Amino acid sequence: MPVDIYINVAVSGLLTGLIYGLSALGLSVIFGVIRIVNFAHGEIMVIGMFITLVLFRHLGIDPLMSIPFVAVVLFGFGYLLQDYVVRPVAHLADHMQFLLMAAVAVILVSACLMIFGGDAQGAQVSYAYDSYRIGPLIVDKVRLLAGLTALIVAGALFAFFRYSRTGKAIRACGDNYMGALVVGLNVRHLFALTFAIGSACLGAAGAILLLLIDVHPYLGPAYTLLAFIIVIVGGMGSLPGAMLGGILIGTSEALAGVILQPSLKTAFSFSLLILVLLLRPQGLLGKPTQ
Amino acid sequence: MSRLFGGVPIHGLAMLAVCAFILVVAPYFISDYVLSVLIIVLYFAYVGQAWNLMIGFAGQLSLGHALFVGVGAYTSAALFIHFGIGPWVGVFAAVAASVLIGSVVGYLGFRFSIRGVYFALLTIAFAEFTNIIVDHIRWLGGTEGFFLPVSNRETIDLLNLRGSQVMFYYVILALTGAALVLCRLLLNSKLGLYWQAIREDQESAEAIGVHLFRYKMIAVAISSGLSGIAGVWYAFYYNNLFPETTFSTGKSIELILGTVVGGVGTLFGPILGAFILTPLGELLTHLTEEFKLDGIKQFFWGLCVAGIVLFRPAGLWPWISGLLGLDQRRDGGGKP
Amino acid sequence: MSRNLHKRPARAGSRISRRTFTAGVGAVGLLAGTAPFNILRAQGGALKVGVLLPRSGVQAGIGQDCQRGVEIAPGIFKDLGLPNLTIMNGDTESNPQIARAQAEKLINEGAQLLVGAFDSGQTTTIAQVAEQKGIPFVINIAAAPPITEQGYKFVFRNFPTAPTILGDAFANQKEVFESGGSAPKSVAFLHVNDTFGTAMQKGIDAVMPKFNMPYKIADTISYDPKARDLSVEVAKAKATGAEALLVVSRLNDAILLTRELVKQRWSPMAVLSMGPGWYEDQYLKTLGKLSDGPLSFVPWYDPNKKLSKQLEAALKKAHPDVNLNTNHIYTFEALLVAADAFKRAGSADPRALADAIRKTNITENVSTGPGIQFNEKGQNDKLKNSAIQNRDGKLVTVAPKAASNAKAEWPMKPYDKRG
Repeated sequence: MPVDIYINVAVSGLLTGLIYGLSALGLSVIFGVIRIVNFAHGEIMVIGMFITLVLFRHLGIDPLMSIPFVAVVLFGFGYLLQDYVVRPVAHLADHMQFLLMAAVAVILVSACLMIFGGDAQGAQVSYAYDSYRIGPLIVDKVRLLAGLTALIVAGALFAFFRYSRTGKAIRACGDNYMGALVVGLNVRHLFALTFAIGSACLGAAGAILLLLIDVHPYLGPAYTLLAFIIVIVGGMGSLPGAMLGGILIGTSEALAGVILQPSLKTAFSFSLLILVLLLRPQGLLGKPTQ
Repeated sequence: MSRLFGGVPIHGLAMLAVCAFILVVAPYFISDYVLSVLIIVLYFAYVGQAWNLMIGFAGQLSLGHALFVGVGAYTSAALFIHFGIGPWVGVFAAVAASVLIGSVVGYLGFRFSIRGVYFALLTIAFAEFTNIIVDHIRWLGGTEGFFLPVSNRETIDLLNLRGSQVMFYYVILALTGAALVLCRLLLNSKLGLYWQAIREDQESAEAIGVHLFRYKMIAVAISSGLSGIAGVWYAFYYNNLFPETTFSTGKSIELILGTVVGGVGTLFGPILGAFILTPLGELLTHLTEEFKLDGIKQFFWGLCVAGIVLFRPAGLWPWISGLLGLDQRRDGGGKP
Repeated sequence: MSRNLHKRPARAGSRISRRTFTAGVGAVGLLAGTAPFNILRAQGGALKVGVLLPRSGVQAGIGQDCQRGVEIAPGIFKDLGLPNLTIMNGDTESNPQIARAQAEKLINEGAQLLVGAFDSGQTTTIAQVAEQKGIPFVINIAAAPPITEQGYKFVFRNFPTAPTILGDAFANQKEVFESGGSAPKSVAFLHVNDTFGTAMQKGIDAVMPKFNMPYKIADTISYDPKARDLSVEVAKAKATGAEALLVVSRLNDAILLTRELVKQRWSPMAVLSMGPGWYEDQYLKTLGKLSDGPLSFVPWYDPNKKLSKQLEAALKKAHPDVNLNTNHIYTFEALLVAADAFKRAGSADPRALADAIRKTNITENVSTGPGIQFNEKGQNDKLKNSAIQNRDGKLVTVAPKAASNAKAEWPMKPYDKRG
């Protein structure tokens, strides 16, 4: 098999991995601070995709341009979800939280099914089929744009958490819950904000993803699992870890598809997950805890 | 006997007896449809109890229990299809296989002290991994599906577990009852006490000398073994197995929903939860038929489940047993 | 009612105890809707047909598409002088377990015949219920061979099994190659790793040698049905240097594959599909000009048959932007079998119905081939498959010759030369 197939596949896997990473960031932020496992992760992203689709269909807005709007809508959704639905169960055992999020996921999926029907639908942009040729390398324009946008959004998120007061306050809540309470931070508001930011992140990822794949209501669970793998591999709660995990999974799945049978590539990701859980449970970039 | 019934108020025993009696005679009075729903209810009640042993008694959250059920199902089905070995022999192999897989997952998880959500993700990873691997095993039918030959439909052949729905009903009823007795005995045994100590506070339990690893492993082994038996029943009742509908995370979630709703860690929670959730789904099907809107059933179903979590966060059993005046028994009933 | 089976006490006359029982276990609602229907069963009138489809769950889109075949049936039956059917809808939620319970539910509510269920797993569980209850079950779509290999007496399938689809596909391909004047020397075989995809892949080894095909399979690439991205798969197929693409896929992946073909600048001589996806409306609508060209070798309809034209017209009226497809045709024909048998049997007695179905001989039908007849296994083994091609957002049938309305455009117009 010629070498250029490996280069092509690796580059495309890397770009896809950036988007996966952005979506996983949403999960990582929420878990890192609120310590709740968002099992409705993929479904929230699917909502973002559907909003983008509606904007594209009816107003002709390019998916990349609709990122701010989708992010704002999901920001509000996330804030309310945390404050009215998740917060009351925060003190409960893992499995109760899990059940609640699973129920939320079911509600979201069936709402999408009722509104949009079961068919897959996509946004066909004018540049959907363009690709650049650089020597033996063929780079798909949409994927390149999508990957770069994901990188920019992720960068904005890093800056927010590193430099803004609110971002620092949120990190403080995540690092030391009691301490945050003691110094008088409005933890309830900050938690809701965190969930909102996580959801906004998912909205952005969804909008970008719509360029690459078509959306249908049952897309969610696969992305939830994928995000879990990425976040565990990268390190739960570590933002650079999520991006790194995304790139790693994106590239390695793509290469595994070339070397092994493509239908086995998800098995490859799951075995990677098992290995990381066993050998480095804090993930590649996570801080060891306990 | 005293270990079985000690501390249970008389009216509680009476209620249990009445319920048991009703379930035993039920097939003579209900339509085949209700019977088929009842069979699903009992199946979930049974698997829920197996899962409950692990999470509710020993505090280990598994979100990949479909793996253990599926391994049991595929093992017994493979023995039956390829070697003509019937389910009563096959069940031993199935349980052995399930216990083996369960022990591997448990061993890795506990040896590397993976806890809580991380352990749950480990179980998911194993289940999904197995899903994809079985997809590629021709000998087990792969994605094409594994079909048990359906024969002797007009007679009841208990030996090969081939026969009518009523037979499957009584088999799963017996399994559910046996699991209930087993759980009760285990809970009141020394082992049960150790488990609860681990569940409530792992560090303290270890400090007072409870051998964590050993007792957690026992919990996983019993739980996965019981699940394996459910798998055998499942394979012979449905007669076809597909990796995706056997091992997927969605299946695992389906298996445990009832228990969580009913009350994790309680003796009757899994049974109660199954008796509420499955009929709830059927009821919603009836209520929403007129809307002619696909998806509306699951929508309301999700709302109901979310409502239960928000308003009865300990599950329904502790609340109901309180209403029935059964909660003075501190052991089997609600959480202490 | 001839319920031969297991010695179960009659269910009549026990309503009070039944109610007490359900109240006891907290499932009062379970029976709320069922009891009144039992009375209906005894009455005459229309045949009650329970239609079980995956209307929600992962296969929701397909189930809803099949439903269109149900919608257009009544008007056409009226024209044909066939008795009216009372349709009872059931949702399998894309889940075999629920499919089974729903089958029981419909029978309990008085369904005298079942139709369904698109998916092989769901169909298998329904078949068992139907057989046990002695209620005829006419399968609309499901290609797994074992379903009609169980010796069932009440299960009928008017849909080809995977080996038949494959055999016809090879025969029709040769016809297309001949009329086109050239043939690919090698193909890359790309298939989705699901029930149908694997059955087809397995069949290829057995069936292909019998047809002396002009091409070799350069590589077999299987991918996950939940695949999010197929760039690797296409890159791999392209790297084999194959001249054409042989695929078994589903709708979503067909769209993904086409996009990748364009983006990776690979225009194979032909895309030869042996499954769903490439001819579906969503595919045509989503891809526009790029949807032209692929050839699908699938269970289809004969556009020259009289009933096909009626069906096309009826669908056009109900859904102007939907092309008639496999889902509609075979769901419709399943109902056609039911109505025809009901008319001949003159009663809704399940045994009489099953006997009538076994003697079915409908020559004026829609699907390709001589018509609808069932062999002793309950399988219509006379069915033929067609080759269809996407042309300007429409579908033309190009093989077999007797059931075609156009000549294949060969080879496929390269993707980068479509303006």
